[in-house]
This record gives sequence, C-alpha cells and structure tokens, in this order.
Amino acid sequence: MSGNGLSYSEQGGEAAPELGQEAATTTTPSIPAAFGLFCSDIKKNEDLKQMLESSKDSAKLDAMKRIVGMVAKGKNASELFPAVVKNVASKNIEIKKLVYVYLMRYAEEQQDLALLSISTFQRALKDPNQLIRASALRVLSSIRVPIIVPIMMLAIKEASSDLSPYVRKNAAHAIQKLYSLDPEQKEMLIEVIEKLLKDRSTLVAGSVVMAFEEVCPERIDLIHKNYRKLCNLLVDVEEWGQVVIIHMLTRYARTQFVSPWKVSFSLEDNFCEKNFYESDEEQKEKDQKVKDTYTMDPDHRLLLQNTKPLLQSRNAAVVMAVSQLYWHLAPKSEAGIVSKSLVRLLRSNREVQYIVLQNIATMSIQRKGMFEPYLKSFYVRSTDPTMIKTLKLEILTNLANEANISTLLREFQTYVKSQDKQFAAATIQAIGRCATNITEVTDTCLNGLVCLLSNKDEIVVAESVVVIKKLLQTQPAHHGEIIKHMAKLLDNITVPVARASILWLIGEYCERVPKIAPDVLRKTAKSFTNEDDLVKLQILNLGAKLYLTNSKQTKLLTQYVLNLGKYDQSYDIRDRTRFIRQLIVPNEKSGALSKYAKKIFLAQKPAPLLESPFKDRDHFQLGTLSHTLNTQATGYLELSDWPEVAPDPSVRNVEIAESAKEWTGILGKPKKEKPTEKFYSESEEEEDESAGTNSSGRYLESNLHLRCLENCIFRTDHYFKRIGKISVPTKTHELLHRMSGKGLAAHYHFSRQPGIFGDRMVSVQVTVTNTTDHKIENIHIEEKKLPSGMRMHEFSPIECLEPAGSVTVSVGIDFCDSTQMASFQLCTKDDCFNVSIQPPVGELLLPVTMSEKDFKKEQGMLTGMNETSTAIPVAPQNSTRLVVIEKLVKAANLGVVPSGQDNIHRFAAKTVHSGSLVLVTVELKESSTAQLVINTEKTVIGSVLLRELKPVLSQG
Amino acid sequence: MIHSLFLINAAGDIFLEKHWKSVVSRSVCDYFFEAQERASEAENVPPVIPTPHHYLLSVYRHKIFFVAVIQSEVPPLFVIEFLHRVVDTFQDYFGVCSEVMIKDNVVVVYEVLEEMLDNGFPLATESNILKELIKPPTILRTVVNTITGSTNVGDQLPTGQLSVVPWRRTGVKYTNNEAYFDVIEEIDAIIDKSGSTITAEIQGVIDACVKLTGMPDLTLSFMNPRLLDDVSFHPCVRFKRWESERILSFIPPDGNFRLLSYHVSAQNLVAIPVYVKHNISFRDSSSLGRFEITVGPKQTMGKTVEGVIVTSQMPKGVLNMTLTPSQGTHVFDPVTKLLSWDVGKINPQKLPSLKGSMSLQAGSSKPDENPTINLQFKIQQLAISGLKVNRLDMYGEKYKPFKGIKYMTKAGKFQVRT
Repeated sequence: MSGNGLSYSEQGGEAAPELGQEAATTTTPSIPAAFGLFCSDIKKNEDLKQMLESSKDSAKLDAMKRIVGMVAKGKNASELFPAVVKNVASKNIEIKKLVYVYLMRYAEEQQDLALLSISTFQRALKDPNQLIRASALRVLSSIRVPIIVPIMMLAIKEASSDLSPYVRKNAAHAIQKLYSLDPEQKEMLIEVIEKLLKDRSTLVAGSVVMAFEEVCPERIDLIHKNYRKLCNLLVDVEEWGQVVIIHMLTRYARTQFVSPWKVSFSLEDNFCEKNFYESDEEQKEKDQKVKDTYTMDPDHRLLLQNTKPLLQSRNAAVVMAVSQLYWHLAPKSEAGIVSKSLVRLLRSNREVQYIVLQNIATMSIQRKGMFEPYLKSFYVRSTDPTMIKTLKLEILTNLANEANISTLLREFQTYVKSQDKQFAAATIQAIGRCATNITEVTDTCLNGLVCLLSNKDEIVVAESVVVIKKLLQTQPAHHGEIIKHMAKLLDNITVPVARASILWLIGEYCERVPKIAPDVLRKTAKSFTNEDDLVKLQILNLGAKLYLTNSKQTKLLTQYVLNLGKYDQSYDIRDRTRFIRQLIVPNEKSGALSKYAKKIFLAQKPAPLLESPFKDRDHFQLGTLSHTLNTQATGYLELSDWPEVAPDPSVRNVEIAESAKEWTGILGKPKKEKPTEKFYSESEEEEDESAGTNSSGRYLESNLHLRCLENCIFRTDHYFKRIGKISVPTKTHELLHRMSGKGLAAHYHFSRQPGIFGDRMVSVQVTVTNTTDHKIENIHIEEKKLPSGMRMHEFSPIECLEPAGSVTVSVGIDFCDSTQMASFQLCTKDDCFNVSIQPPVGELLLPVTMSEKDFKKEQGMLTGMNETSTAIPVAPQNSTRLVVIEKLVKAANLGVVPSGQDNIHRFAAKTVHSGSLVLVTVELKESSTAQLVINTEKTVIGSVLLRELKPVLSQG
Repeated sequence: MIHSLFLINAAGDIFLEKHWKSVVSRSVCDYFFEAQERASEAENVPPVIPTPHHYLLSVYRHKIFFVAVIQSEVPPLFVIEFLHRVVDTFQDYFGVCSEVMIKDNVVVVYEVLEEMLDNGFPLATESNILKELIKPPTILRTVVNTITGSTNVGDQLPTGQLSVVPWRRTGVKYTNNEAYFDVIEEIDAIIDKSGSTITAEIQGVIDACVKLTGMPDLTLSFMNPRLLDDVSFHPCVRFKRWESERILSFIPPDGNFRLLSYHVSAQNLVAIPVYVKHNISFRDSSSLGRFEITVGPKQTMGKTVEGVIVTSQMPKGVLNMTLTPSQGTHVFDPVTKLLSWDVGKINPQKLPSLKGSMSLQAGSSKPDENPTINLQFKIQQLAISGLKVNRLDMYGEKYKPFKGIKYMTKAGKFQVRT
C-alpha cells in the first residue's frame, strides 16, 4: 500500500509540470520506494489538493483522473473530499462527471461536507439540458445522506413529470434509492410509482416496474390498469426492462387468471381412459365438454402472445424470462415452443449454459417431451467444464426412456471412460438411475456396472459398488452371484464408501451367501483397527447380523469385533458397540428389546429411490437466483398458486378517462358509476396510442401497427360475436387519380380504428400506387391547408416506390367533428398534387356499447332541440334485424345496443373529437316504412347523419 | 440489482472495484477465492456463489473474473448477460479487453461503468449511445484534448437514447459507403471411433460491418430461408417482416454488429468436410505407445480445407511423444499433456499425417480411454448448409453503397472420439 502510494507522490511531483500525459499517470508502474515511507500519503494528497485548487482546468482534470484511479483500485481517497467537492460546479463537464463519481463513493462517509454540493444539484435540476437534469438527479439521489430525504422526495416528484422520458427514467431509479435510504417514505413513493406506471414511454416502463418490485411488490392493484399497456409495450422496451417486466407479469398473471392446466390434465386423462371400445363420438363429446369448461382470459392470451416474439431476442436473460413465463403460465401444449430457444442458448458462454442447463434440468423432470427431440444437444464433449458435463448428464438421465435408452447407454459408456474421474463417477450414478427408472434395462445396466468393478480407477469402482448396492436393494432375489463377486473384490477395494457398501450388502443378504459372509467377517475383523470409521461401523453391523442368523459360526468373531470396538478411539463407534452388544448378546440385564433384535436388524428395508437432485427445485420460480441456489434468496417473491376462481377481469379495463368524463360532464351527471362499462374496447385506445408514440419506426414499427390491427380485428370479432358476426367492409374513396397524378394514384379508406395517433384523430388508410414505369421517390405530405382547429398526423415519407408497387400508410386527422375537407398536397420528389379528404359523417364517430336501459336514459335527456327524426322507406328484404344492423353499421361507425323489441334497433356512438353521444334509433313500422330518430347534442352532425342514413335501408 | 463489481486477475488480485450502492467491502471476495481454490481450473469456478449476506455472480473472460455482488433475488442470467455486455463494451472501446488495457484506461472504464448502471440497474448498454456519452480514447483525441482543453465526455443526451432506433446515431457520414456481411457457419460434431457421426449440427451467424451515411433501411433476402430453423436477431431486425416474408428488414447500427444467429434445422443431413484416420494404441506391457493420425477432406464441395489445427489432451500417463508430421508443426506440452498440431492446408493428393510413438510412465497401467481429438478448420467461400443470400437492397438513402457478402465454414466444437 505504502509502496504504491509513494509511486503516486513521486509521479505527481513529476507529472505536475507536464500535465499533458494524463492517461499514463494513473497507471505507471510503481517506482521502488526508497524513502519517505511514512509521509508518502500526506505528500501525495497535498500534491493533489494543490492541483485541484489550481486555476487551470487541465490540472484539475488530471487530479480528478488520478483520484478516480485511486477509487477504482479501492484506495482510500476520502480526505480529499473538501478539495474535490469544491469543483462540483465546474464548467468542464468531464471534471464535473468525475466529481460526481467521487461524490457518490464518499458522500456517505462525509455527510456534512456533502451537503455543500446539494445546492449545485438543485440548480442543475432546472437546467434546460435533459442530460444535466438527469445526471443531477442521479447524483443527488445517490448521495446517501438522510438529511436530504425531503429534498430528494421533492426532486423525484418533479422529475416524474418531466417532459423528457430520460429524466423520468432516472426518477424511477431514484425511487429505489430513496426507499433504501428511508423506507418511511414508502407511501409517498408509491404515489410516484403509480404515476410513472401510467407513463407510456418505453424508456420508463422497465425502470418503474423495477421500482415497483423493490418498493411495493404486494400492491398488485397498481398493475391492473396498466396491464394491457405493459403487455403491448413489451417488445419496444429495452431488453433489461423486458426481463423485469416479464417476471413481474408472471407473478401478476398467477394471481389473476385461472389455471389453463386443468384442461390439459383432463384431456390427458381422457386420453388414458379412452376405452378401446368406446365410440369416437363419445370421445368427442367428452372433449367437447372439457373444452367448454375453460376459456382463456383474453388478457392471459395477450400476455402469451406478446411475449412470444421475444424468444428470438439475442439477450439470454430475455429468452429465459419468456421461457419461465411460458412454463408457469401457458397451457401445457404451448409451453413446448420455448425448448428450441433454450437449446439455442447452450451455444453461449459457459455461465449462461450453466444457468440454462439448470433450468432445463428442472423442466425435463416434469415434462420430458419438451426436450426429447433435442437429446443430442445435451451430449457431453470432453472440452466442457465439469459442472456443465454433470448438468448435461443430469438432463440426459431425465430424458431417458425405453426408446432412447440403448443409444444413451452407449453414450454413457464413453463417459465412464472419461479422464475426468469426477464426471465418470457421476455417469455411473446416472446409469444407476436409468436402471431403476427403466426396468427393461436394469439387468443390462447391472452387468455393465459389474464389469466396471474391475476398473483400475478406484473412484469408478467405488461409485459402481455404491450404485450396485442401491440397485440390488430393489431386487435382491436374483443377484447372489453379484454379491459373491463383490465379496471377492473387498480385498482390493480401498475406498471406504465402497468397502462399507459391500459389507452392508453382505450383511443384509447374509442368508443368501451363507458360506461367504462369515469369511468376510473374519477378514475384516483382522483389519478392523486399520479401517475407516465408516467401514468399522459396517463391520459391527455385519457382525451383529451374522450373530443373529448364524451365531454358531460367528459368535466368537462378533465378540472379538465388539471388543475391538469397545476401545476404539471414536466415541461414535464405542457407542454403537455398546448398543449392539446390549441388543444382541443375551445377558441377565438385557431388556425387552433384545427379543426383537432380529426384527430390528434384519427388517425389510425400503429400497432407496434414485432421484434427480433437481426434483425439488420446481417450487421455485424458474430463472430465479433461488432456483439456481435451491434455497430461498433474500427478497424472493413467491409465485402464488392459480386462484380457483379468477378475480374480476374488468379491473384491467381502462376507462378512456378524458372522453368519458367529458360526456358525463355534458350530461350533467358527473357521478355516473359505469358510463364506460364497455366502450367498444378500451384497451385498443391504449395499444394504439402506445404504437403512436413509437410510430416513427423503431423495431417493428410496421409490426406494431400490424399487431394493433390484429388486436383490433380480434377484438372487433370478439365484440361482434355477441351480436351475430357482422363485418364492416370499408369503402374506398379516391384521393388522387392516376391521370392527374402523373401516374401516381392514391386511394383512401377509413379504417375505423380508434385513435392510432391520438384519441381525437380519425385514422385514414391511404394506399399509394405507382402506375408509371419508373420509381417514384420520396412521397410525402406538404402544405396542409386545414381549417382552424383541425390537425393532421402525416405518414412518414415513403422513400421509394417501385413501378407497379403500392404502399398503404396511415394518416390521422382530427376533423373537429365537422365534415369540412382536409386539403393538403401529396408530393413526390418532382411534383406536388393538391388532394383533399372529406369524411362522411358516419366516420366521425366511434362506437359505444351500452345497455338498453342506459340508452333510454341518455335518450331521455337528449330530446327537444337535440332530436331529429324522419320517416324512411324500407325495402322489404331489409326488414330483418341482421340486415338492418349490417346496413347501418356499414354506413356509419355505430355500436349496436342490444334491444328487447324486435322492431326497434338502437345504435350508440360518440363523436371522435368531442366525445358527444350520438344515439340512433330505427323503429320499423308496417307498410315498409320506418322511423329514424337521432339524438345528439351536436345538432349539425345529427342532421347530416340523418340525411346520410336515410337512403340506406331503402336500397336492396 | 447489481451492488458492486470487482475485477480479479489470474493472480487473484482485485484490480478494480466499482460500487453502485453503498460500498461493499472487498473482503466479500474471500468467498470467491475460496471457491476458486476448490475448483481445479478457472472455468470450473461456479458462476453463482452464495455468501451469508451477498451472492457473487461471476463471468470469466480474457483471463479476468468479473465478479458482481448481489444482495437480493435477481434473475441470474440478467446479471451474467450484463457482465458479458460489459466485457463486450470494453472490447469495443479498447480493441482488446485485458488487465493492462483496463488499468491504462481506468478513468474511461470508470466513466463507462457509471453510465451503464444506475443504482445497479442497466441504464445505457448500447455501445453507440455509450460512445457518444464517453468517447473512446484514441491517440489523436488525447492530443487534441490536451491542446484545446475539450473533453472525452459528451454534454448532450445521445439522440439514440430517446429515439426509436437506439442502436443508431444520427448524422453518420462516410465518403465510401459500404456494407459487408459475413455468413459464418460452424459445425458442431461428435464423431465416434469408427468414423460415423454421433451428432452434428450447424450453427451460423451473419456478422455485418455497415458503414453507411444517414439512416439507411436495408433488406436482406435469402435464396433458401427455409434452412433457418431457429433464429435470434439483433434488436434492429423487424420481426414481423421475418415472420411473414422471411426477409430481414432493418435499420442497421453503425459499424460492426451481429445481425443474426441461426440454427440449421436438424432434418438436413450435415456434410462433414473432413475425416480423421487414427491409430492410437497403448500396450500393457511396454512403456511405448503408437500414435498415428491422418487428416483428409471428405465433403468439401470442391473447396480447400485450411487452417487445420488438431489438438488432443493426452492421458496423464504419457510422458513424452516423439512424432514426425508430414507437414506443419506440432508441439507437445509434457506438463499439461496437450498435443497440438498446426496442419495448415489439406492437400488432397498428399494427406497430412502425424506419426510416432508415445513414451509412457514406467509401471503405470495403460489408460482406459484413448484421447479425444479436437479439430479446427476453415473453408472459405462456402456455407456448408447451402444458405445463400439472394439480394441486399437499400432504401431511404440516395447513394449507391458498395455491398459485399462473404461465406465461411468453420469447425465449432468438432470432436473425434478414438
């Protein structure tokens, strides 16, 4: 230490005049110390202090670099604190950074002085540069000084509503720091967590979930509303965040959904039970019945569906996280998809292999089928480290079955010969396990093991003996020969465990080898004093057993052995000797027990079960530290069992907060309990918005949209199922004719997706087609001439469109609930074309679901000026319920309200921009007419809609 | 999550420590040293070691142990993967990751580590973001900084950190725009005594070196994408596009990166490009053994097999070997008992062979197993699975890039049991 310290001082003295050689100064090898053993530390620090106080930034920087070098080596640099902390406000960003590094390390030790720096950070928290704000928050929250807790709390609260997601991310990290400093702040911090959980930035999601897990993992209720958002954001979150979120969602799902496994269990049962004579039909019925009993919650499905692509991640931790999620949550039939990815991870570093193999070992015990196709991937190579070899062996043993056992045994033969003896021994145990598990090969294995008894290596022989002993115990009847063979071996084997095992075997089955057993006792009695304790105990045992069965021949021998044992050095053996003597040798004092001596010693002993050491690991969540260690690690969060009955799934429904409030507000009923019970599908808004925030092209931009679309379709399907499967075909309008567009044609249609670009925008799908014979480049929107209030979200420019190619892009337009045209220019690299989109009023609506009762209530409040009505002709073929619904829903984006009366059809929607309710009623009258009534506060919309809907039912 | 990090060299010295929460005394590493002592070799040190109050998770690379200290439950792979990422970052920054390099650049290392984790949770791990925050040291920059007083530390948040393509910087400019893709396939195989294949599989990667101006959007398509059975992508690849069209579409990171790694489906029979004829025998009575191996090409599709290296771990009883190779050079280390024969190219007309005798320890019995032979080789311009890139297109930028695709087949874990 002092030698090194000296080198610094030496160097410092030299380096000070020529500050240029910065990089070198921290690490130049030490110059042999010849003097100043005692003053070196002080000297060095003086020198650094001087540099820190110098007016030149370069000197300060140099000093800071050397100090950080000291910190890195773990040397104490705390006494420089006052000198360093002065530089916290330095203009030079690198000096500042290094001072921060230093502060985080030593502030805890020098609390009073650290306070000097606080004001600098408080100022920096208001800096216009987000990086500076963020790093100020980072340092401020990393200074573990209890006095500043209130300041930290305040800073976190402010940062959590910062505009920059990067700063908000840092705020999420700061929550954990503050919590570990002062757990009393929990309640306040939960509020911040709750707020940040609502954040839509992918940058924040991982960090805030981490904070959640650390601060309040029990507050599962905070997740409900964010569940769908988190599922949908998942692909876009950075990889580390993904791991944390997936683990959290696994726990969440286990508390909220019912088990999908019961189904597969009963299916399997059916399978086994399937009577040969039972007719197929009956079987089908059964299956049907089973299927009916379970339908997976769509949210449960959503989670499985959105995590699946992450199996392709390059990050092993993500792949493992998804795998454990599938293991713990997916129906058994689906969990198989993870095996391929897990096997892929085996190509990775040894550490990754180690963890992955451990998890596969646990999995393969319960569900062999998952990994059977990959059997050969677990074959051991001579270059694998021993721990990897043993794990692979473990898995191979788990996977062994009647079909593959012969190949496996051949493979095991090679392993037994391995130069790595520890591994060879493990292989012998594996063979033993295979032998017990698969009865067909027990004899083969046993013979093989007996052959190994003549191996030259002691460890191999010893292990074989132990395994043979266990095997023989399971079926001793046939194996007198083997026992004799082993008795012969006793002369050569020196490993205590093996000797002990043989002795035990002979003792246990002494009646099968009546001639040999006494002889063995004779031999061992001779060598008793030189044996290992373990062996001595077994000699005593053997003696006792022989005494009981064959006392004529062995009485004296046993007494001799017992006498030897009486004076043994080990009290364990002396104890045992005394105990045995009392029990077997009858004397006047012997109690009632000695009558039962034979029963005690020669009781039928249960055969040992050869089990995998991974058998009991499955109660830990896979992929966790606790699973790896097989003990509960600090902070391990138990995975709960599936609930018998699923908790209310509607807690995850997210209210469309603003619009809902708005229209309830308009209706003058602010306290309405369930106005948004089923607004079409709330989660879609979410998904789409989350897509919107990322819309400019990150990983899977298009995919995201696709996914949203899929979800929408899935949802709409789901939704319409209830009212009889009506699809909404979308009519296409022309935006730009190819003649006027010099070969560029454009069409648009309304995709009826709520709010991809924001909840007040109508989304329009524009299909651009190139009809020329050359490429059209850079297609984009320019010169929007929008009426005031209207907004438009453009598509990102299309770089290049091949001849005859076409591209569909989405545009969002906020029409402000008016049918005014949105005009803009569609431009290519060379030309500009004026185009405009005019929305039919039916597309300015979003469907709303509500009950008939609510509908009537709302209608009652929208009478008078707010009601328009007219009589319309109805073609005879259009008078059935299905057709009416189909026609109206096609014409306008309306939600169907279930109706009690056959002749009255009700539809509800709200306007996209303001969220005002639009209620449509069609009452079919006799003689092919109907009364069409529209109630809405937006009278203009109402009357235009009336006009548009009028002809709908009259046409065929 | 990650409390502290200790870097320990082969000699058992802790040469760097970094703490993200309160300081953990370095004495915690004693548990690690204990485990290290128990394990005979460095690679047998268990990656997870529990201690009374902490857990030590470590990775071993470049002869350095990176030991992370954990205090509570965390997915172990999370930490291990992160530690590997740290090593990769160092390698990226300094060219090599070695003790000397880390010591020489200790300040940069420290700054980088500071940015990579905040309170033990990963903050920025994309190397292009890190490089904007903390510029890698170069000689030129060091000189310039000394003169101008500018620093290595960026003062703006890197655009990537907030962007939707965090792996790419904005404002990349090159005079020569070029994109190179290397399709590298590795054969993992175990061949048994008689020369028949026990298991063989092909794993491949596509490594790219892309130096393109601006924000290019690339698509890469294959002639036979069906060959790819299991794939994992760099985050830049649009997964849905792959799912639906089997096309790789991506905005590439700047510089070197691994675009894709894949596994060729097991149904396809793997062509084994080389064979090894061996005759290794120990005799019980004599202290001399015979050793003879010949390497020859098998299914090479007319390409030359080169860079052949044969290594074999001889049994402990072998004292020395007297061998003559028909080509190349060979070394036998009597201490580690490792035989290594650098063969070079295989000439099909004159097959390389290594013949001679082994001298065994007198009196010791003959080893019960013949040594396993490990093989390394390379075949240029061939992807053994038959995978072929169809075309590479670029959208989004106007210039014409120079495109290149190279194929190579290598031996992965290629073992011949004798």
